[in-house]
Amino acid sequence: MTTQLAPNTQSPGEEVAAQCCSSDPGSVPRRTRGRRVVGLLGRRLLMMIPTVVLVSLGVFAVAAASPFDPLTEHLGDDYQSATASQREAVTQAHGLDGHWFGAWWRWWGDVFSGDAGWSSTQSRPVTDVIVDRLPFTLGMSLLALLFATVIAIVVGALTGMRRGGLLDRVCTGVAAMLAATPPFVVSLVLVSVFAVGLGWLPAAGARRPGDAYTVAGLFTHGVLPCLALTISMIPWLLLTMRAAVVDAAASEAVRGARARGIGGWALLRGHVVPVSVLPTLALLGTRLPELVAGAAIVESVFGWPGLAEALVDSAVALDFSLLAPLAVGSAVLVLIGSAVSDAAAVWIDPRIGLRA
Amino acid sequence: MTATIGAAGGTGAAFGRAGRLLPWAVLVVVAAVALGWPMLAGEQAADFGRALRAPGAGTLLGTDHSGYDLGVRTAEGLRISLLIALACAVLATVLGVVVGVASVTAGGWVDAVVMRVVDGVNALPHLVVGVVIAAMWRGEPVAIIASIALTHWPAVARVVRAELLEARTAGWVEAARLAGASRTFIATRHLGPAVGGQVLVAMTVLLPHAVWHETTLSFLGVGLSPDEASLGTLLGQARGDVLTGAWWTLVVPGAALMVTALACAAAASSLRRASAPPAGEVWR
Repeated sequence: MTTQLAPNTQSPGEEVAAQCCSSDPGSVPRRTRGRRVVGLLGRRLLMMIPTVVLVSLGVFAVAAASPFDPLTEHLGDDYQSATASQREAVTQAHGLDGHWFGAWWRWWGDVFSGDAGWSSTQSRPVTDVIVDRLPFTLGMSLLALLFATVIAIVVGALTGMRRGGLLDRVCTGVAAMLAATPPFVVSLVLVSVFAVGLGWLPAAGARRPGDAYTVAGLFTHGVLPCLALTISMIPWLLLTMRAAVVDAAASEAVRGARARGIGGWALLRGHVVPVSVLPTLALLGTRLPELVAGAAIVESVFGWPGLAEALVDSAVALDFSLLAPLAVGSAVLVLIGSAVSDAAAVWIDPRIGLRA
Repeated sequence: MTATIGAAGGTGAAFGRAGRLLPWAVLVVVAAVALGWPMLAGEQAADFGRALRAPGAGTLLGTDHSGYDLGVRTAEGLRISLLIALACAVLATVLGVVVGVASVTAGGWVDAVVMRVVDGVNALPHLVVGVVIAAMWRGEPVAIIASIALTHWPAVARVVRAELLEARTAGWVEAARLAGASRTFIATRHLGPAVGGQVLVAMTVLLPHAVWHETTLSFLGVGLSPDEASLGTLLGQARGDVLTGAWWTLVVPGAALMVTALACAAAASSLRRASAPPAGEVWR
């Protein structure tokens, strides 16, 4: 780390994201904050119940309103050739002739009794599919999130402290380019360069066909999808981090510290990081929708056997038994993420007052 | 979305004064290509005899795996993707403005409930909502447009509400009211223009985001049907073709997508700067 840092150049027209709006500097003691955090998490958990009910109702209502015929799921390829009496029998057996609200009610009953139905695309019980695929998605997503966060913190701090410098302009430009490139284009570029062109890494899957899963196999197959997912998350993370650092670097506290002769690493660690990097990290949870979207795209391009790929496959093949729990589950995941995120922000940052 | 906004601010600043017109010029060129090239090229026919030819002799940008000229095909795809995205952006903006204005006008508990709904819709994973809706109505452009518009109006509603609340209590509006101006006069002469700029910015930001959504849905196989050219379906076909080494099937539509998204983001950023009040803000 160099000891000299560029002074804050306020270039006109450059917008600075406001991180925190509370102007009251009165710091709240940590114990009070702890109670607030618990209360906030409790309230959010309670709010989650009606939200999940509404989201699942929405999924069933959309399915009922659409031209999609639930018979296709049970008859599969025989849908065209089935006779009217056969159709009638299947309809009776699965209780498909009732109102969609009844189907929704029965579905929740089944879910609570541990039987979430049969997935026609995977030819296995839905619970088995979820249990088998969850580790793949969690491993891939968490690893990519970790890499993206580390890169964003390092590059964001460097560029934010030297705003307008060469590194800043290059990195912001690259981030803008990446933000404009959908993750599937990034994935396909990686495939055509590293798998097809250079032949270094496999293009899809998580093991060689016929082999068992091995650590080495998972690693070689996972490099490209993990890279694609990391790249897809870097732009927003890096730019938010940079904006927070720019804000912090322009604050009076930092100006005061500079006037006292503090600079370089000490200034960064003591005055900039606590008010910029930590609060931004607390925001990570609110951006889980991006992670879900990125995982859905990257997993299906690379054929990574995770839940997000199953979500896309079940939607393409209209495998409603699998689609419904995955769609509701992703909403629950996002809600948990934002609740934890808000709690972390209140815990870390004494400037944040509680509104809700 | 916010990432794109911030990024565009950076690039716009890097280009300087001339950069303000550049994104609009690029957008005009993109629109002209999307509308003009398919018209000039005329009716296209699949010709498997000339499938997957590299760019160069005969075809400017190569051919796809059905033997279509990739340049023409990309221009057609750009046209459909832009039309769908424009419909999404307009619909989401109209919904957002209606909800925002209604929320401020009603105030009280209605406002509180509406803001809770806004938060709720915003918290959903938008792509998953899009995948579910588009999968059920397979290949229906209306379903794609609805799925994107219905998940993206809250951002506009929030902006409209915030701007209206601020403008309503501004000094110049109070002055007009004290001078005896009617409610309609204040609404059309003061509040409308105050909110209009921000609405335009929000719509321009939504445009590339809607392109992103449509291409992603089509790429994943739940959007437009594969024989209709959209940037998403073209890239979906490139998914198989790049494995045979046909890099141009990825590069041509991918580049069109990136140029459009970058130009839209930069245009939104320059609009925002133009609609922001001057630094002094003496009237507040």
